[in-house]
Amino acid sequence: MYREKTIKELKEDLKEGKITADDLYGKSLRLAHYFQDDYNSFVTILDDTKVKERETLIGGIPYALKDNFSTTGILTTGSSNILKDYVPVYDATVYKKLKRAGATLVGKTVLDELAMGGTGTTGATGIVKNPWDKERMIGGSSAGSAAAVALGIVPFSIGSDTGDSVRKPAAFGGLVGFKPTYGRISRYGMFAFASSLDHVAMFTKTVEDAAIVTDILKGQDPLDMTTLKDDGKKYSELVTEEPKGKKLFYIKEICDKELYKDSKEVTEVLTKFHELLDKCRQEGFTIEEVSIDKDLLNAIYPTYMCISCAEATSNNANLTGIQFGPRGEGDSIEEIIFDARTKGFSELIKRRFVLGSFILQKENQDKLFLNAQRVRRLLVEKITELFKEYDGMILPASGGIAPKFTDSSEKLSDRYLLLENHLAIGNFGGFPSITIPYGMVEDMPIGLNITGRIKEDDEVLKLAYQVEKLTGYKGIYSKVGDIDV
Amino acid sequence: MFKVVIGLEVHCELDTKSKNFSASPNKFSMIPNESVSAVDLGLPGILPVPNKEAVRKALLTAMALHCKNPDEVIFDRKNYFYPDLPKGYQITQVTKPMGKDGYLDILVKGTPKRVYIHQLHLEEDTASLEHDTKFSLIDYNRSGVPLIEIVTEPCIESADEAVTFLEDLKDVFLFLGVSEAKSNYGQMRCDVNISLMEEGSDKLGTKVEMKNINAFTSVRDAIEYEIKRQSEILLKGEKVIQETRRIAEDGKTYSMREKVDAVDYKYFLEPNIPSTPLSDEYLYELRSTLPELKTDRFLRYMKEYSLSEYDAKVLSKERPTADYFEEVLSYGSDVELTVNFLTSAILSTLNKLEITLDELFITPKMLSGVVDHVHEGKISLDHGKKILYQAIEQKIDPVELIKKENLQQISDEDTLLELITSIMDENKEQVRQYIEEDNEHVINFFIGQAMKKSNRQANPNISLELIKKELERRKEYDK
Repeated sequence: MYREKTIKELKEDLKEGKITADDLYGKSLRLAHYFQDDYNSFVTILDDTKVKERETLIGGIPYALKDNFSTTGILTTGSSNILKDYVPVYDATVYKKLKRAGATLVGKTVLDELAMGGTGTTGATGIVKNPWDKERMIGGSSAGSAAAVALGIVPFSIGSDTGDSVRKPAAFGGLVGFKPTYGRISRYGMFAFASSLDHVAMFTKTVEDAAIVTDILKGQDPLDMTTLKDDGKKYSELVTEEPKGKKLFYIKEICDKELYKDSKEVTEVLTKFHELLDKCRQEGFTIEEVSIDKDLLNAIYPTYMCISCAEATSNNANLTGIQFGPRGEGDSIEEIIFDARTKGFSELIKRRFVLGSFILQKENQDKLFLNAQRVRRLLVEKITELFKEYDGMILPASGGIAPKFTDSSEKLSDRYLLLENHLAIGNFGGFPSITIPYGMVEDMPIGLNITGRIKEDDEVLKLAYQVEKLTGYKGIYSKVGDIDV
Repeated sequence: MFKVVIGLEVHCELDTKSKNFSASPNKFSMIPNESVSAVDLGLPGILPVPNKEAVRKALLTAMALHCKNPDEVIFDRKNYFYPDLPKGYQITQVTKPMGKDGYLDILVKGTPKRVYIHQLHLEEDTASLEHDTKFSLIDYNRSGVPLIEIVTEPCIESADEAVTFLEDLKDVFLFLGVSEAKSNYGQMRCDVNISLMEEGSDKLGTKVEMKNINAFTSVRDAIEYEIKRQSEILLKGEKVIQETRRIAEDGKTYSMREKVDAVDYKYFLEPNIPSTPLSDEYLYELRSTLPELKTDRFLRYMKEYSLSEYDAKVLSKERPTADYFEEVLSYGSDVELTVNFLTSAILSTLNKLEITLDELFITPKMLSGVVDHVHEGKISLDHGKKILYQAIEQKIDPVELIKKENLQQISDEDTLLELITSIMDENKEQVRQYIEEDNEHVINFFIGQAMKKSNRQANPNISLELIKKELERRKEYDK
């Protein structure tokens, strides 16, 4: 009974005295341990969290936190060997707020090493499997957080989203994944990957739950200069209201069925997408097709790589084994740092650092880094301009279902460049962006994404709530496993 | 011979309550790792929050050095690995420094010289390292302390100019109140770039860099040694090697490392600190708080108050003295007497008691009271100073002391004449000496007597006149 429930439902059970917060924590813990071997959601499962019964929206509700949020006294590895013994001495603002609200931390979840990657396969403690099909990836980088909610271990979890690290795995796991406006939630204490693109984001089963969690997390933080002044709105109360406007667009170049005729899977995903759009239209939505310069759209992925790798190189320069982490060996300080970083990072990470370093070099900076900034600005200007006429952008979050571990990386080919990477637009512009499940293909969930105007998080939630009602897949989770708690 | 070309890069830690990007206290401490936070340690997930006061002080210093200020405050990252740099990058300013293209006018042994400032930027200090033979220790107290770096153009031509510039720059920091600039605490330190060029040539010579010199005397030693060393090399027809050298305790410089290609610091805009626009209003307001600096005051004291060069120098040397002096004058006190009291009585007392002006019991208002009493002829200058010393010793307002001890001077001519007549009657021999031998020394004798008999209350000036008059009268009478 516990696994299927949303935050809202569990909170009602708590209120009515049907269950206690201790019971919820116990159930969540049992599930966490039960599924750990098969799915590997967690780096650390916390068996002795202090449970508090608080009269808040999430008081007594169990949750999981991605292992790149600083938690005092609790191992925080970023799923990297270079931080394998790192125990922070301070709390991330997000964790502080959740603690204060009385939510119960069940565990720290596995991510792609240092949040760089989209497969959930590169964490130092092993791969994370998709709860809907163990042969498949859940996606990343917030892999463990996605799996934990999809399995019903926790009704919500916190992740970070730099390119699509919450909104993509949400699609592969049949979850709601919400990334509010850049600055809506403090990044203080979240391990930086690419500061200008990094967002705190969350997984829930429903849009309403996403509104609840955002209400708890949002607000200006004196420790994060980039946070916005709070808008004073209660999203959890507004989310069920009619949106200001229901005029949406999708981008022709991204989801034109004609482009993928030979792929049964993509065709099915896109057919279901367009069917849903029709349903939306019947319910009063206006949804139009717009065309955007293909060259500009094709630049999304390289632009994302340039900016994120460059910032990542610098952001992770603190990982030297000098202040913390395993100390390297050598006769000079250069050798010691070199050794620690050679042993501490996987090849994929090193590749990104080398790229980032190359991109930032004096002779390349203008051509690569600054040019990427220019493209980023152009893209954001284009979308912002469209948002003058439209209330939001609606697109399939991915061109297919979660890939198999054995799949060739065909998805990386040029043909899928747009369909698989457009979510980064939300990070470029800091737009509020939400993924919700809208169907099943080959018994696997698929997700769509709605992205809206900057700072209008409530409108995006309202739009998603309206669309969610029409999908027929609200609140799904994987019923896998012979366990009920 | 050779022309010397010197450029300086001066680092100065700003005096602020907290560090540049974190809330930990900014204070010098002998206890290692006492004031550190997660931010200063560069722990994963930390974010910088700029210190407003540090920004204000950096902008103010830039203004004092006649620099152009930027239209917004932004920071850049300077990326490099070193154990004293916990984040792996330093937050500094490259794109828009707090100040550009300024200057500082200095007087080098009486000759005016304008030292051009290339730029002034705000950054964070690194941790400090202590090396043992087998290991090194890191103290993060200094990590993140606000630091301004001032880069001069290569326009300094001698050790004298360099040292005078540093001394005057230090005075700028002190007058602005932005830093205590104590070089023994490493709060002010500098890098020296020096090269020699053939007289008459326009081709710059090979540059040698000397890093992190704290004491000004070491700067002088280093420059003088380098001029000698490089001259000798060039005279032998050899080439100066481009390198970094260090100054040792023997006053000589030693090679540290040869300069390979310049390091690429991969600067880019710090993404965690949004731009803060600097409005004209803010800059105008800030400019209005700019205090008058040493040299300006020195010149003004000579011009406006007709002070001697010596007095003007003494009074303008330190901000507290200059402010004190000006405050006394602001109460309308006589300039000449004020200077006299300050330069002799007050400053000597400070030396004697080894205290600062702040710690002195006598406020400018009190001193002004004493000066006025003297100026109005109510008490003598000597009395005034004596009163002042008593006031300092007893921690009592000197004006109160004058009243309390009834030290009001006797200026009434009739009373004084009565006193003088009686003294002369009692000392006929001295009167005789004056009349018969024209011995003017007896005047001093009578003044001394008048003071003694009046309990030092007789107005000395009036008494002097009366004594002269009375002696002349008696001389006439005798004839």
